[in-house]
Formats: sequence, structure tokens, C-alpha cells
Amino acid sequence: MAVLVLAEHDNSELNAATLNAVTAAIEVDSEVDVLVAGEGCASVVEQAATVDGVRKVLHADAAIYANGLAENLADLVVSLSEGYSHLLTAATTTGKNVMPRVSALLDIAQISDIIGVESADTFVRPVYAGNIIATVQSTDDKKAITVRTTAFEAANAVGGAATVEVVGEASNLELSKFVGDELTKSDRPELAAADIIVSGGRGVGSSENFSIIEALADKLGAAVGASRAAVDAGYMPNDYQVGQTGKVVAPTVYIAVGISGAIQHLAGMKDSKVIVAINKDEEAPIFGVADYGLVGDLFKEVPAMVDALDG
Amino acid sequence: MERESMQFDVVIVGGGPSGLSAAIRLKQLGLSAGKEISVCVLEKASEIGAHILSGAVIEPRSLSELFPNWAELGAPLHTPAGKDRFLYLTKKRALRLPTPPQMHNKGNFIASLGNLCRWLAEQAEELEVEVYPGFAAAEVLYDAQGVVKGVATGDMGLLEDGTEGPNFERGMELHAKQTIFAEGARGSLTKTLFERFDLRSESDPQVFGLGIKELWEVEPSNHKKGQITHTTGWPLDTKTYGGSWMYHFDDNLVSIGFVVGLNYRNPYLSPFEEMQRFKTHPAISSVFDGGKRIAYGARAISAGGFQSIPKLTFPGGMLVGDTAGFLNLPKIKGTHTAMKSGMTAAEAIFESLEDTQSISNEVTGYRQRLEGTWLWDELKKVRNIKPSFHWGLFPAMAYSAIDTYILRGRAPWTFAHKADHEGLLPAERCKPLDYPKPDGKLTFDKLSSVFLSNTNHEEGQPCHLTLKEASVAIDTNYKIFDGPEARYCPAGVYEYVEEGSGPRLQINSQNCVHCKTCDIKDPTQNINWVTPEGGGGPNYPNM
Amino acid sequence: MKILVAVKRAIDYNVKARPKADGSDVDLANVKMSMNPFDEIAVEEAIRLQEAGVASETVAVSIGPKQCQETLRTAMAMGIDRGILVSSDDEVQPLAVAKLLKSVVEKEQPELVIVGKQAIDDDSNQVGQMLAALLGWSQGTFACGVELDGSESLTVRREIDGGIQTLDLKMPAVITTDLRLNEPRYVKLPNIMKAKKKPLDVIEAGETGVDIKPRLVTLKVTEPPVREGGVKVEDVNELIEKLRNEAKVI
Repeated sequence: MAVLVLAEHDNSELNAATLNAVTAAIEVDSEVDVLVAGEGCASVVEQAATVDGVRKVLHADAAIYANGLAENLADLVVSLSEGYSHLLTAATTTGKNVMPRVSALLDIAQISDIIGVESADTFVRPVYAGNIIATVQSTDDKKAITVRTTAFEAANAVGGAATVEVVGEASNLELSKFVGDELTKSDRPELAAADIIVSGGRGVGSSENFSIIEALADKLGAAVGASRAAVDAGYMPNDYQVGQTGKVVAPTVYIAVGISGAIQHLAGMKDSKVIVAINKDEEAPIFGVADYGLVGDLFKEVPAMVDALDG
Repeated sequence: MERESMQFDVVIVGGGPSGLSAAIRLKQLGLSAGKEISVCVLEKASEIGAHILSGAVIEPRSLSELFPNWAELGAPLHTPAGKDRFLYLTKKRALRLPTPPQMHNKGNFIASLGNLCRWLAEQAEELEVEVYPGFAAAEVLYDAQGVVKGVATGDMGLLEDGTEGPNFERGMELHAKQTIFAEGARGSLTKTLFERFDLRSESDPQVFGLGIKELWEVEPSNHKKGQITHTTGWPLDTKTYGGSWMYHFDDNLVSIGFVVGLNYRNPYLSPFEEMQRFKTHPAISSVFDGGKRIAYGARAISAGGFQSIPKLTFPGGMLVGDTAGFLNLPKIKGTHTAMKSGMTAAEAIFESLEDTQSISNEVTGYRQRLEGTWLWDELKKVRNIKPSFHWGLFPAMAYSAIDTYILRGRAPWTFAHKADHEGLLPAERCKPLDYPKPDGKLTFDKLSSVFLSNTNHEEGQPCHLTLKEASVAIDTNYKIFDGPEARYCPAGVYEYVEEGSGPRLQINSQNCVHCKTCDIKDPTQNINWVTPEGGGGPNYPNM
Repeated sequence: MKILVAVKRAIDYNVKARPKADGSDVDLANVKMSMNPFDEIAVEEAIRLQEAGVASETVAVSIGPKQCQETLRTAMAMGIDRGILVSSDDEVQPLAVAKLLKSVVEKEQPELVIVGKQAIDDDSNQVGQMLAALLGWSQGTFACGVELDGSESLTVRREIDGGIQTLDLKMPAVITTDLRLNEPRYVKLPNIMKAKKKPLDVIEAGETGVDIKPRLVTLKVTEPPVREGGVKVEDVNELIEKLRNEAKVI
């Protein structure tokens, strides 16, 4: 049986999260189809068709799918679900909005936010905010799944040559109406949603010195974070705090600058894909978890990094 | 803003063994006499038991008096005390000593006192006691005549600078005919009562120990259910009072703890590091091979015993449990005495209610009744043992043996105590202690320990560790004593941070496990521990 | 208008969960339990809508063992009018929760259901969406703003990746709450006493006719693997080179 992946997109670009979901799908079964539902989304269909490993792209083009509203989209997925053993989507806010609705309509349990595929019916997922890893087996014939994107590599965006099949629209439930999106326009992304985070600790030394951290963050298009010690010392406001009592983040890259790495801080960022530490204390615990560690004076190394990224 | 108020017959501050026993006894007496007595228990922890930490080998004497059928009712005492061992440790060796008779544990149980309190709270609620966890009694209320008329709970939702935040909720006044203070060792309200009513004029100062505890889940092959071990000696020097416990109980659980007398002299001493170092002793460490530390906490205990028992009553209120100081140190037990004092207080209040149909201002009958109980005899007998340790370990052990075996506690003299904070020597007269680095398996650092206490305080509230004079931190604590709070605090609350302009005291109040050591040991008593927002502090499970 | 909120009794957010020694499940013995924080936000929102005169009655429902009554009492101490416990000592998974809630909705006939977006124990993030699907209702998930426009529709602001989305929902509707929707109030002492006197009905899950058999079997639970330290780099150039070419993340 095959896997259907619900693609996420904005009608012109395929969202990169879908590539991670495709990888998870391939681990479940080699026959992977992708559903692109939108309005005027032909370019997304083209992109999906070239993703390595995709067999077929289902293309549903209708006004009611323009904004990916859950009610109509779920009905569409349900109407196409026959012949698929697994329905997958990335655990983005769109995927998390739609997939449970699909599950309920099909009377099957959903396995949320998987980080591993053990077999066609057994999956690994974090619970208790990532403090516990559970292995769960589904007893349903069909499985609905959302995929934690950082746990799977992105499928190659090129190299595939999927066929495209146009599918008609399902019913219009007229339950919800799109009013508008306000995408965050701030120069820096939100801490919780950022792909890259540069965080400063007490080693930064003062509120003024945080401009060094901000400069690197801006260079990388990253969000700025801070350790509890930096917040308690008054260098940064509370809502920048990453850690046990602050925000729990899991970006692709977490750069810890002048942060010793107490367990309270690690609790807030240990699920990051790649951790970088810059600290002058060679024995700081942060190096025990960092993928890349640089022992050095942050006041020298961080500006040097900004310069090097320029070059 | 005006506070709302509620009226009860009796308000009890603190939901530990003494407070809950008092509440239960009051309701039991009311029930049997057909009298409605309204009783309210306030507890600063987020739930009953969450701030309770004890060894604990519990002597069930008081429990049996309170609930003769406690076993049937399901009280969580599941592991009968087994073999006792009392060891004197040197760095490499362990010498088995005869177990002093006070330390025999036949008929006792190894248990979690936190869980016993959770169970007691259920019983109290069955009896219609109003139990309010998550509310800290922050202020004693007096009437125009200076009689205690109750307490006020702390304001909620204050911002760091003391102004009202968006969710601000004014505290409540709880008025009562009698207010029972059951705050545990070094209660923050009790402390103000000592001054106001001069309750210490005829007793010695209270002295304290700091107990640090870890709960481990060990390999089944290392578990000897019921085994009780106490040690003295290494790693402490012979001038410092202290020792350890290790209890095997329930399913592969081991409670291990270390107590350091807070009258220690060397400002470089760190009770936390002593505890970590102690675990590495060859007679101890193997128990933890392949085990996992699952909880951590710390709490000061009252160690003064008989001669430190203050005046127990004052107009409108009374003291019970460890805030009064009923712990029996040589026995290393305080639960049964705490419960007994609470029950006796309840009986005295009930009696005064019988006599006059309204509860008299000062229930002096409490002390009289107490003097007629086994509790009084028990504490009186052992009164000279702890103070004798002032001479150092070996003379003290010799004295203790004579006192215990020959005089049997009937010595015609009583040794006096000196307040703990006065004992600290200036740093220049002491040698820094070199503690080994934690290995992350058997020994740990403070922050990863605090992590296991599940401690939390609502963000952005005023700091509950207040300094009477901010400059004293640097001028006295740092310059004379080399910042001892950074070492005696077992939770890493106090840090001296070097900045361009010199050292600065950083108070990480978020980490505070409410052990009260800083309030006790600060050399000039400059640190004043007050209650944070209700519900803050550790969330101990099974401690 | 009547509002129904669902509240779950879950591990307290300050307490660290830990697997049992045999790895069969999470050890919750004597661990502090509280109302799921997202559900607290749901309760607060319902009460605010009532205080604003929009809702006439607020009802809280919880599903689980008898201790969930404490959770319902907390909701009532915050201001909810009455509580319903759907009592079950067995594990009730999200799909079954949604079905049980549907049976309560059919009996109570609320126009709006507010639930937390996810529980901090199983982190499923499913129940609200499932309930909306089973009822054929509209859904506004991850809400950070709710505004009722008469009795026919409501406007919901949703936290989505990268920003905020605004939707008009046809009533009746299911809302799931995100963190920024509101800040729940502190419970006042007298209200805890009053809450003890508010009505609390108990329904046996077994008597609802709903199939609550678990569909997912937990085979094992473990702690997450301990993160190992990687390599030390010599300088920033090597660091950037590794991030670009080895980790391929910048």
C-alpha cells in the first residue's frame, strides 16, 4: 500500500517541511504520492513532481483550497484516502490543523510528531515536552501521522519525475472563511519559530554587549535568545529566555555564546538539530552537548564570525 | 486596596505533619463532642507534601494515637525498619559502632514523609478541614490589643519592583480565634513572633542543621529493603557536627542524606559538597552503581532540642512542630514529636473551648498538657547530647555514651546552645576546602541537583530573599567571610559575580528550595527569607 | 450562549517526567498533577466571555479517574459554573476523548467549545480538531484572539508558523487555545470554597455507548538519548566551513 503526503505551500512555493515529510514517508513505504491542494498552485505541483522519491502528485486546484483551511482540506484528503495505508504531513501549524480532522473522519488514531519510523505500524515520538521518547504501535488499518521535520533529512528537491494527476474538489462545507494573514515582518524571526537562534549568556557581560549577539543573528537571519543568567543579570528581557523556565526551542542551528550550559538551559534547547558553542571556558558543560565547539573569547570570535560570513 | 477576610475558629499555617495533625485532632474532638469547629490549613507549596523533605524513618506512635487503624486506612508506611548500622567513617574505612539505643528502630517504618503528609491531608479533608495549598501566609495580623487575630496570604501577581501586574490579586485575611503556626524549622512568620512576644527570653537560641537529601532508584541487586545506615566522621572534620543516613525502602528506592550542623566555623565549608563527597566513600558508593538519582532537596532542621523550646503560646496563637523545635536529634526523628505537639495543641484549644465556650486568648494549657506527655520526657532525656558536640566529635561521643548509658538523660546539668550565625570565623583564619569535581554519575553539581527538585517560582515577582542592607553583602559577607552564602546554599541561589566594577551578589531566587539556611547562617542576619508567591518553591515527589 | 470547556488533569508543568524502571510507562506515582496549562487558558477565555456578557453559562468537562474532580473544582474556582466528569479509570486516547466530548456536546448543546491546543503529557494536539470533525463544526486552532460577531459567527486569530492568521468561523465552533490568548487568573481563596458547592455531575464513560478502546499501544518509553559532544574547531573559519559543508545548515 502507498503513502499519501499532504504538501504544505503558499500556492507558489513548496514549503521545505514537505521534503522532510517525504523522507519519513519513504521510510514507511516506497510508493509515495503527494497531494498539492490550493488555488493556482501549478508551480507547486511542478516542484513536488521533481522531489526525489515521489511517485505521483495529486493536484487539486480550487478556490476553497486557496488558504489551506482545515475543514474543506480534510474532506478532500478523506475523499482521496482510499488506496493509501498511511497519510502523512509535516507537523507544521497547517499539518497539525488538518490531520487530526482527517483522522477523526476516518475513525483512526493519529500518531503526532513522529521522530522515527520503526516499521509500517510502529513509530517513535516525543512526549512530555521531549523528556520522554515513546514507541507506539497503531492497531488501525490506516495510519494518520504528522512528522517532526527536524528529525528527518529533507528529500532531494530534484531528481524525481512524478506523474501528475488532477483531482476534483470535494464538497464545500462553508464552515470557515479566510480573512487574512499577517506574517511577522520584524527583522528578526520569533524565537519559538526561528530556524537559527543565537543565544547569549552571562559571559556577554552587559546589556550593551548584546549588540554583538544581535549582529551575528542579523547576519544569519536568526532570532536572538538569552540564558536565564543573562536575563537575571538584566542584560535581556524575560521573553528572550531559553530554558527550563523560559522557552523550549528546537531550531536547526542553536549558537550558544558565553553560555556555560547548565541543565536548566539545556532543557530548553537540547532538541536543536545542530548546537554550536562559543565559550572561553574549555570545561563549560555546553561543550558536552555541542556538535561544534569553539574555545575562545566571544568578543573576538563573534565579530570575526560576522566578518567571515561577509566574505 | 482593602483585603477580603474569612473567619475560622482555627487557622493553621503550614501543612506538614504537625499542622495536619492539629487540624485532624481538632475535627476529631469536635466530631465526638458534636461541636462544629471550622479549621483551615494554609500551605505555601503548590500541593501538600511538595515542600516536605525528611529521611525518613518514622516512629508511628503519634500516628497510632491519631488513627489507631492507620494501616487499614491505607497510610503509606510500607517498609518496616530492618537492621540498623551505625558507622564511623575515616577516609577509606568504616568502623561499625554499637547503635545508640535512641537509634534503634524496631517497630518503625521507612517512608516518604511527603507522601504521609499527602495522606494526612486526605484524611483532614474527609473531616472537612479546609486545606489550601498554593497560598503562603505572608503576614501575621494583630487586633488593637496586640492579640494575633490571624494571618494574611501574600499578594499574587506583583511585579519585580513591587507594583501590581495585570493579574494582581490582593491577599486574603484569614481571621481565627486561634492561629497555630506550624511552619517547620525557622518559620518566617514564627521568626517575627519570637521578637514580638519575646518567646525566647527563657530558652536557649534555636540551633539548626542543614539536611540534604537525594532519592535514588538502585539496581535490585544493591537493594536491601529495610536496611538503615547512619554514619558519623568523614568527610567532616571532628569539629563539625553532622552525619549521614541511608535507608533502603519500597521498590528499589534508597534515601540518602547528609546533615551538617549549621554552627560550623569554616566559611569555606559547603554542606552540598560534603554530601557529594560522602557518597564516594567505599562503604557507601557501591550501593549506587548502576543506579539513578531521581530527586534532590534540602531543608534546615531544628536541632536545639529541649533547652531551645521557646515559650509556646501567646495571645491568639501558638507554635507546634519544628518551628517550635520538637525534633529529637539523637534519635534523628521529628515526625512523631511534631505530630504529638500538633495533637496536644489541638486538645488544649478544644479544652479551652469546653471551659469557656469561646477559645481564650492565650491557651496556656498547651504547654501544661505537653509537659505531661511522653514527648516532654523524650526530649528532656537527650538534651545534653547535641551541645556536647561543641567539644568536637570524640569527646562528644564519649560524653554521649556516659549521658545515655550511665546517666540515662538524668544529668543534673543542661548544656547551653549558641546561635549558629555567630559561629562563623573570618575567611582569613580558615583554609579553603578543596572539593572534588562531580562525575555526573555518583556526584553532581548544584544546578543539576536543583533541577531534580522541580523548583519553580512564578517569573517576575519580587525577590523573596531580601537583604536588610544591600551593601553588607560585599562589605561584610564578601570581604570578611569570602561570600559563604555561595557555599552554604544547597541550591545555588547566591553567586558572587565578578564584573568590571568588582564583585556583585547575584541572587537566583528562582532556584530557592525553601531550606531557610541563608536566614539562619547569614553572619550578620542580613538576609531575611520571606514567602514568595504561593505555590512557588520545590515540587518534591516522594521525598 | 453556552460555552463548554474541556480540562485535562496532567502532570504539573514544573515536574520532570521519568520512565518507570521497566520502561513500560511514565512513573506518575505521587507526582504533582494539575490542570493542563493550555486548558487553563481555555477556562480563562470562557470566563472572560461570560464576564463580557457574551456567554450565559460555562460548563467544564473532564475525562478520566475520580481525581479529575479536583481539576473541575479548580475550573469552577476560577469561575466556571458547573462541571461534568466523564469517569474512566482506563487510558482514554485523543480519538476516544473527542468521541466522549461529542456525546457531552450533544447533551449540553453548547454553541462554542474551547479546549487547550494540546496536553503537556502526550503532546498529541488532536482533540479539538477531532471533535470539530466529528460534530461537523468549524475549527479555530491555536487561537490567540477570539471575538464573537453576534451568534452566527466568530473571528479567530490563529498562531501559525511565521505569523498570525485571521479566520471567520461559522458557529457553532471549536476553539483550541494557544499560549498568548490570555493569562489565566489566580484562584481566590473564597472561590475555592464556593466551588465546592457548585454542581458536578459524574457520567460513567462505559455508559455513554462510546467505544473508547485505545487504538495505539505504547510499546516502551525511554529517556531521550543523551546528547554527545561533537568536535572542537580551531577558529571561526573552520566553524563556518563545517556549518556550511558538513552540517549543511547555513
